[in-house]
Amino acid sequence: MSKSLNLYGGLALGSVAMLTAAYNFADRNVTPFPTDARLQGEAPSNPDLGFMVRPAVASTSTSDGPLGIGRVALPEEVAAWDLDVRPDGHGLPVGSGNVADGDELFQDYCAVCHGVFAEGVDNWPKLAGGSDTLDRDDPLKTVGSYWPHLSTAWDYVNRSMPFGNAQSLATDEVYAITAYILYSNDLVDDDFVLSNENFSEIVLPNADGFIIDDRDETELPVFSQEPCMENCKEAVEITMRATVLDVTPDQTAAREAFIAEEAAEAEAEAAEESQPAAETAATATEPSEPAASETAAAPATAALDMELVAAGEKVFKKCAACHQVGEGAQNKTGPHLNGVMGRTLGSVEGFNYSKTMAEMGAAGAVWDDESMAAFMTKPRDYVKGTKMSFAGLKKEDEIAAINAFLHSVSQ
Amino acid sequence: MTANSNDMKSSRRAFLRGALAAGGAVAGATAARAAGPDPLITEVQSWASGLGAPVDATPYGLPIQFESDVIRRNVEWLTADTISSINFTPIHALDGTITPQGCAFERHHSGAIELSKKDYRLMINGLVDRELVFTYEDLERFPREQHVYFCECAANTGMEWAGAQLNGAQFTHGMIHNMEYTGVSLRTLLTEAGLDAAGDLSDKWVYVEGADASSNGRSIPMEKALDDVLVAFKANGEALRMEHGYPARLVVPGWEGNMWVKWLRRIEVADAPVESREETSKYTDTLADGTSRKWTWVMDAKSVITSPSPQSPIRHGKGPLVITGLAWSGRGAITRVDVTVDGGKTWQPARLAAPGQKMALARFYFDHNWDGEEMLLQARAHDETGYVQPTKDQLREVRGLNSIYHNNCIQTWWVKPNGEAENVEIS
Repeated sequence: MSKSLNLYGGLALGSVAMLTAAYNFADRNVTPFPTDARLQGEAPSNPDLGFMVRPAVASTSTSDGPLGIGRVALPEEVAAWDLDVRPDGHGLPVGSGNVADGDELFQDYCAVCHGVFAEGVDNWPKLAGGSDTLDRDDPLKTVGSYWPHLSTAWDYVNRSMPFGNAQSLATDEVYAITAYILYSNDLVDDDFVLSNENFSEIVLPNADGFIIDDRDETELPVFSQEPCMENCKEAVEITMRATVLDVTPDQTAAREAFIAEEAAEAEAEAAEESQPAAETAATATEPSEPAASETAAAPATAALDMELVAAGEKVFKKCAACHQVGEGAQNKTGPHLNGVMGRTLGSVEGFNYSKTMAEMGAAGAVWDDESMAAFMTKPRDYVKGTKMSFAGLKKEDEIAAINAFLHSVSQ
Repeated sequence: MTANSNDMKSSRRAFLRGALAAGGAVAGATAARAAGPDPLITEVQSWASGLGAPVDATPYGLPIQFESDVIRRNVEWLTADTISSINFTPIHALDGTITPQGCAFERHHSGAIELSKKDYRLMINGLVDRELVFTYEDLERFPREQHVYFCECAANTGMEWAGAQLNGAQFTHGMIHNMEYTGVSLRTLLTEAGLDAAGDLSDKWVYVEGADASSNGRSIPMEKALDDVLVAFKANGEALRMEHGYPARLVVPGWEGNMWVKWLRRIEVADAPVESREETSKYTDTLADGTSRKWTWVMDAKSVITSPSPQSPIRHGKGPLVITGLAWSGRGAITRVDVTVDGGKTWQPARLAAPGQKMALARFYFDHNWDGEEMLLQARAHDETGYVQPTKDQLREVRGLNSIYHNNCIQTWWVKPNGEAENVEIS
């Protein structure tokens, strides 16, 4: 889902002076699509296309015609995979959905990342807002402000969403969610119904905001001049430094660890005479915990149905966008779930729970098979006002599997 | 193994202490003189008397422990989570041109999936004479080709539009790898399905789609599809890695990495582009006036000095210094790379390790006698079409600051007298 790279870390981290003055010399000539003769299988030569490059002369394979490899695709197979929808509505199935239903579905399936009003949570994509920002610094690109075609939104929701549970929505649900996204961008009223019949009437605000790559006209001539080699400038000054921003990950950790290790060895060497002391120190730092926890864990592990745990791990992919488990798990959109089974509700330190969840915990409620199954079945019924925007699991075997998996990470 | 490395470290340390004690005597000499005999030479080392690891100790080998920091790295604040994210090739620590698969950058939109050869299916449908399904075994029966190509994410260097931001070649330029691919020409597969049904091919497209949950799909004009696009199943001689699309991915030479669809499952011949999410809302380049370029597929000529660089500082002091880097162009072969050590007052041609190949990385060397003073290092690539890599200011003049993608500007490293380097912008 968040394919959006947040490319300006400095902005997120505060005061950064960015360059603002810029000119746009781009002319709006559009490269026409080639209309030359039918291309042949043998890689034709077409010097008119600047962006096309001919293949290397040697080592391209040739086959004159079909080799009879593969089999014919069945209509059901093509129907199952050929789902893409184009701007003209090609590929759009019959169906409809309204804003109100879309709102409900959006809260269930989308809001956890995209926000209740499609305004986005954390670094997850914002789907609404941003109108009139495209020519400003740091434009906000949403379905309403940037996307040229509604088909793209429908197609993406249909094939790629929800994150971790793609292709699970019914056709009418996709129409409804798309209608809600339009509504959240103030493009339709709250009684709007989107269907395959009125689909092509919707024109998004930035439909005309795109031009076809014009680099060959606007850049290539400028960037193909023989450059200066000597006495190219009088003076050179540094105008910006990356270390001032300090947004680079600590890539030196490994190097520092190596240096620290060397230093430690040097110390050990210096203290060669007093070796017994060093040995004592080493023994003292050896942790004694593993042995203890292994003994404790062993019987419980034996009791787990490992097949069910494995099935639960697969189901957990629906949860993994928000919840971490395993070594180093941290709180993300949801709390980490290490040790969740047997844990008091709302008790992970540093996570900001809903009021109800915290109160249930304070009253002594604990996560076990029963409470977890109830929560998984209908999260918002079990914990009124929970922050978890997950619709729940419909199948009992999925719930049994997820419980088994959660037990496995609770030992 | 552990005993060996400890012995080596302590011996080296003893030797270094000796060298340091010698101090001034070394300065100014053309060849340094040792303060005393080097124990690494005069003493019999454990590895020279004991035994090493047997064969089969590691049936599939990993780099030796001393190279454990040469790995892909991630910039956490770039994305909301690591399932839909990107990491970076450690180009600062590599040499040559081929990127080992194990450290070649990854970009996934819904995570890297485990798709077996047994479960793999590739469909060709749409405007073809025969809609077909291939298994993995089927792919291996078509005539094969082999080519070396670079794959660069359109967002490579995208974090640097507004200013010098990330301090390391891995992070500024590491969304790239270069591999030798074995596969079947897409032209061959399209011929198998037959294109008579498509009629006039000049305005036709192929839509290519992956099998993962992101359904990443891109529209490619037929001319390119019939030109040099490959369906690849081997890279650098072995099977693709999971993170690079095992068992088969698309290779679209010279064009942005997002089009190199991984876990390729479907190829549709169509009379129009799909205008999918990744070719409208993403991978389009917004100009200063708010309009955006689309279909900016080709990756323009670009280069970067990989060493010295912030993650690869100079440790040896003044004297002979190897300045090296990579250059590439989606328009064709690299023909020349210029290097400056004074921030662009004076440029000199670097030495290409081998003649440039089309749409593949070229390695360049600039053999320099460093005087120990600060340097402002830059490289500038030229390709066979005459295109010359622009400065950041030249690009900004045309595109403004909000393009995100396709930043192929000249990169500057400020090397200080102590040998450390920093990512900077200069006048």
